[in-house]
Amino acid sequence: MPPLSPLAIEATGLGKSFGETCAVDGLDLSVRRGAVYGMLGPNGAGKTTTVRMLATLLRPDEGTAQVLGHDVVDEADAVRGLVSLTGQLASVDEALTGRENLVLIGRLLGFRRADAKRRAAELLDAFGLSDAAGRLVKNYSGGMRRRLDIAASLVVTPELMILDEPTTGLDPRSRNQVWDIIRALAGSGTTVLLCTQYLDEADRLADGIAVIDSGTVIAEGTPSQLKASVGSGALHVRLLDPEQRTEAESVLARALDAPVQLEADPTALSAACAAPDRGAEAVAELSRADIQVADFSLGQPSLDEVFLALTGHTAEEAAEDPEVEEAA
Amino acid sequence: MSTQPTTRAEDVTQLAAVQKALATGPRPERASALSAAVAFGWRGMLKVKHVPEQLLDATLTPVLFLLMFTYLFGGALEGSTEDYLQFLLPGNLVLSVLFTTVYSGVALNTDITKGVTDRFRSLPIWRPAPLVGAMLGDTVRYLVAGTVVIVLGVIMGFRPEGGVAGVLAALLLVVVFAFALAWVFTTLGLILREPNAVLNSGFMALFPLTFLSNTFVDPKTLPGWLEAFVDVNPISQVVTASRGLMEGNASAGDIGLVLAIAVVLTAVFLPLTTHLYRRRG
Repeated sequence: MPPLSPLAIEATGLGKSFGETCAVDGLDLSVRRGAVYGMLGPNGAGKTTTVRMLATLLRPDEGTAQVLGHDVVDEADAVRGLVSLTGQLASVDEALTGRENLVLIGRLLGFRRADAKRRAAELLDAFGLSDAAGRLVKNYSGGMRRRLDIAASLVVTPELMILDEPTTGLDPRSRNQVWDIIRALAGSGTTVLLCTQYLDEADRLADGIAVIDSGTVIAEGTPSQLKASVGSGALHVRLLDPEQRTEAESVLARALDAPVQLEADPTALSAACAAPDRGAEAVAELSRADIQVADFSLGQPSLDEVFLALTGHTAEEAAEDPEVEEAA
Repeated sequence: MSTQPTTRAEDVTQLAAVQKALATGPRPERASALSAAVAFGWRGMLKVKHVPEQLLDATLTPVLFLLMFTYLFGGALEGSTEDYLQFLLPGNLVLSVLFTTVYSGVALNTDITKGVTDRFRSLPIWRPAPLVGAMLGDTVRYLVAGTVVIVLGVIMGFRPEGGVAGVLAALLLVVVFAFALAWVFTTLGLILREPNAVLNSGFMALFPLTFLSNTFVDPKTLPGWLEAFVDVNPISQVVTASRGLMEGNASAGDIGLVLAIAVVLTAVFLPLTTHLYRRRG
């Protein structure tokens, strides 16, 4: 028997193109067993394509990937036995009930009918879906569908669980429930790979984060390292008069010595800000320059700000998403 | 429960329940190819149960045709509605079952667009199981669609020479042919973007093919160029064989020809379907 690799995921030079579009371009990734690892990036960065390759749904054009010691191409079947993927689309059958969905997965995984039923009941209960177990999934809310989808991934507890934007589009309560489930999974020893667009989410759950842009890893580290590289937070300012925004932009850029981002709101702008006192100083500079501030706040850097700091462009400027198209 | 605000304590209880659910016993042995396919077959049956409208949609048109053509045109075409019914019913059975095959493509396309296929493809199961299992569910739908037309026909006065055995043989032959034709629509289901496109293009192809066959009229009454087309239309071959079996005078050649067409369709479109299914994703 080969020695057990300490890494759950080891990818080298992964590449995948769809026609002219290069979705993943020379991506390296290593995730140790038992970790919760975040892949942070905007739409179109290549997160979905990457996890689809790791889950054996797509064959890489270039590079290699080992998942739990097995090659994703040559030993795809072994990988499938150890990995569960919860994709962006809730992969549940809308025409069946919640219970039937789980019983089906249980039987496909080799449970006998009675055992599959028992396991389905156990999961429905744990995920708060017992009352809705007999209802067709097409009548489920987004949060219920997402929980059922995650439950379907856990019929047999996987060694690696990949979650692709599990909270996108969920209300805050459902989001918290999903976060709790991820924490419980990590607590049970399962390795978790979490794709997300929210730095906040990665910060709360992950012990390591890779920032992905244009199909490759542009930064890697613990959440605190990453935030330190961006500045501990961001200063958000809203002005009374949108006319003054250009002037405010140059004042803030000078005071904070950082690139300033203009928000969609014509009165709003933000910039990375290393320390609260510098932020306060910058706001004082604005009033000294006779710019009227409606309100301001110091917050955690958003994904946009991480991106601006790391790449010099904002997340929205990233290419149109080829993988959503492809996954559809 | 969605409208009622819950306390944090309930969420904590839930977290404990999730933790408990994660601590499961030993992994089961992998499902065999057969049991995976059977599980998908079970899924197909559940769909018939939960979405009977789909089966109704597919069966309604042939039923309407049977009533309309028999009572409206039957007298004019064959002299009496009873005589025309004897002529029409075997073809109508073909029509009814073959219309149902389009839904095999629709179902596959729905699975892909909804993302369910991703789930199945990421499981450690026999790769063709979803396709093979779906065929088991389809069998039920084909048999129901065929039985509806036959029962209605008998109520209306259909009394075939071939008796019960002849009717069952015809139903069996048509179902076998339907399996072959279904691969054409699963191929289409893997190429087209959405379920409605599969449904529309499927019926756009089937309608002219069923009308320009010997289902409704004797081809000898048609102009020569049209008769030539009707004679080579594979649907006509199926109708001829079905008619022959029900009337008790089918030739081995007619039946053999239908089976040969079924083999050719399967030989071309089954590999095409599995190839596209593997590639898609």
